[in-house]
Amino acid sequence: MTEDIISLIRENVIQGRVTQDDEGLDEGMVGRPGVTELIEKALAMGIDVRDIISNGLTEGMNLVGQKFEDKEYYIPDMLASAEAVGAAMELLEPHLARSGIKPKGKILLATVKGDLHDIGKNIVTILLRGAGYTVKDLGNDMEPQSIVNAVRAEKPQFLGLSALLTSTMVNMRDTIQALEESGLRDKVKVVIGGAPVSEEYARSIGADGYGSDGFQAVAVIESLTST
Amino acid sequence: MSREGILVSNPYERITDEQVQQIHQASLQILVDPGLICFSKKAAEIFHSHGAEVAAISSSDSPSWHIKIPEKLVMQALDNAPKTVKLGARNPDNALIMKGDEPRVYFISGSETNIWLDVDFPTYVKKSDSSVEIQVPEFHPRRATVADLCQSARVCEHLETLDGYIRTVNIQDEDITEDNKDVNKFFASLNNTTKHFMSGLTKLEQLDNVVRMAELIAGGKEALQENPIISFITCLVKSPLQFVEDTTDTFIEVCQRGLPTAVSSSPQAGTTAPIKEAGIMAQINAEVLAGITLGQLVNKGTPLLYGSVPVRARMDTLGDSYGSVETSQYNIDCVQMARFYKIPNYSTSGVCDTKIPGQQASIERLFSDIVVTLSGPQYLHCAYGLLDCNAVFCLLQAVLDDAHFQMLKFFLKTPRINQQELAETMKQIKEVVATPQKLYIRYIRQVMRSGEISAPYPFEGDGESDSVFALAYQRMNELLARPVEHIAPDTTAKIFQEIPGLLPRLNVYKEGKS
Ligand code: B12
Repeated sequence: MTEDIISLIRENVIQGRVTQDDEGLDEGMVGRPGVTELIEKALAMGIDVRDIISNGLTEGMNLVGQKFEDKEYYIPDMLASAEAVGAAMELLEPHLARSGIKPKGKILLATVKGDLHDIGKNIVTILLRGAGYTVKDLGNDMEPQSIVNAVRAEKPQFLGLSALLTSTMVNMRDTIQALEESGLRDKVKVVIGGAPVSEEYARSIGADGYGSDGFQAVAVIESLTST
Repeated sequence: MSREGILVSNPYERITDEQVQQIHQASLQILVDPGLICFSKKAAEIFHSHGAEVAAISSSDSPSWHIKIPEKLVMQALDNAPKTVKLGARNPDNALIMKGDEPRVYFISGSETNIWLDVDFPTYVKKSDSSVEIQVPEFHPRRATVADLCQSARVCEHLETLDGYIRTVNIQDEDITEDNKDVNKFFASLNNTTKHFMSGLTKLEQLDNVVRMAELIAGGKEALQENPIISFITCLVKSPLQFVEDTTDTFIEVCQRGLPTAVSSSPQAGTTAPIKEAGIMAQINAEVLAGITLGQLVNKGTPLLYGSVPVRARMDTLGDSYGSVETSQYNIDCVQMARFYKIPNYSTSGVCDTKIPGQQASIERLFSDIVVTLSGPQYLHCAYGLLDCNAVFCLLQAVLDDAHFQMLKFFLKTPRINQQELAETMKQIKEVVATPQKLYIRYIRQVMRSGEISAPYPFEGDGESDSVFALAYQRMNELLARPVEHIAPDTTAKIFQEIPGLLPRLNVYKEGKS
């Protein structure tokens, strides 16, 4: 029974189905339980959260990565699976401590002041959630001070900033300065992204990292987690 | 079963119904006055015996006749000509069914060029920095051979959008003569494609040999009538308004055998036809009607295509300018005339003026491909690989053209907007706007796999360089390496036994095969 439900979770990660209403990839999936329903059931059955995460979610995501490399899966498929894993992690979060699992870390994401572009940031959110991080999306057009307040309140390990305009990327610098002025700069690692910014720009404004796309966003944050 | 081609649901019309009528009336007048000059005795006799006014012309060296075709004969012929024409194929699923009033387009190769263009990719080194190397395509023209014809048939067999094969090149091997050319070009082509094969005939004496060959392949006389795996192109009327002797005689013989034939006329606006659109249209339509009339007089009900290859002259050389915009205009007008008569149309697009593949070639061909296809001709020939005003065939270009037609076919899919589709997506819209990310990405997935999303351009390279030619070349070689279904060994043996003149190297079941 435990095996069954774990393998169903794995399959639904591969199908990228968050709830029972999702169509997934194969025909005739609608109506069958998706990852969130399965996780709830697994929790109710008292299945070890460790087991759910490593044999269900992580294993599922590994298989998805494999399919992506084999060109069987495309970015929309990766995103769907990441979304399913993200939703699962949200449900599992309150139970992590009980199972002795250290959460991977909390990330705040925001598009900076003056900028309404949020497609890239939203994709980054989904992929980071899929990688097991707790992500709080602050939204777009965020004043430096609002971001500082959120950092103070949420105490994240990471702050991700997104900008798509050459005219708004300077607001990343302002945000970092505001963090410094509030004495919070060394409490959080700042990672930036968006089409006009670059590794050099990140360095020049005193950010800790830069990601050129959603996958790089995960990679840079993973690498900063281990340092 | 037959091939699908692509149905153009709202065909583009250049000329009004009234203009169609005006051209029709003008053509009927032309057929009476000035009428046509006929160099074929047989044709003159046929017209005479059906009541046309025929008068011998004494002043000319070669015997010729002046023919006036009365409206009644033309209208009867238009009545008798089949409104649906089937072109069969070795693989019956590759048959083409053309209805004169249905704008379903089939894409076809063409058209007996003398020159074959080889492609090579030499490496160039940058003068100022020898570590930088690039590969630049080079094109080498040479006389085409029967091996080239086999190769192009193979590739055309595998080009997805290509619906039928017209022999691409004129075979000019040393051992090819006027006497054995027909049997070898028919065999080389038929043996390397299971799609429909259409060709002109070099020598009337070879007609029975190629028909016999086709019967052997199709499975007998009746089987060939049922599934005409071959058809003919006959340019019996030379512009302006002359029935030439040899092709007209060939045409008569083909019609007697009831095999499908394109009655093709290729006037050149400015030289062999008036430079003005109204003039070339009235003339080409008269020329095609004259051919159709003769065909129906020879054999009532014989399947004919309204064959139009009108072009404008190049002002610098007075050669054909297939790349000119007017050429597409004339072709579309002809599509409309053929549709008015409900006779399937053999039309032209895709030939460029420039000599080698490249930007001009792409622009010229894509332009005519798009506009002429949108008008809905049934049989769009010359559409693959033709350059230099139809003098050069390049296989690499044919592979590039296939990508154009993929796009066009996708574009012409019927729009899927209906209540069910709307209801489903309205649900999606509600769902997505309620999520924090507000992205529809998850709904891409199934659609992406259902073929509902157009494929990316197949020859897109990565990085900053343009790799179109290199990638198309790769694709061409992949297609060349793919096997084709040859004619069965026993049939091949019979063909080689019965049909004289075949080159032994074309027998794939014998050693030293080509
Ligand atoms: C879509 C779009 C819009 C949409 C945005 C919709 C939305 N919900 O976001 C709309 C139409 C609203 C819009 C508006 C405008 N836009 Co606009 N827009 C774009 C466009 C076409 C695509 C951006 C996009 O979504 N890309 C797709 C995503 C997936 O890629 P991405 O954002 O780069 O994100 C990836 C990476 O960068 C990285 N990443 C992104 N964020 C982060 C964050 C972190 C922490 C990390 C690690 C990584 C990371 O990962 C992401 C996923 O792979 C770009 C052109 C372009 N090609 O970039 C112009 C573009 C950005 N826009 C431009 C302009 C000028 C505008 C307007 C000013 C136009 C106007 N005159 O009104 C307004 C500005 C509004 C505002 N105040 O922000 C210009 C900017 C030029 C400049 N000066 O910089 C661009 C470049 C177009 C152009 N060439 O003119 N735009």
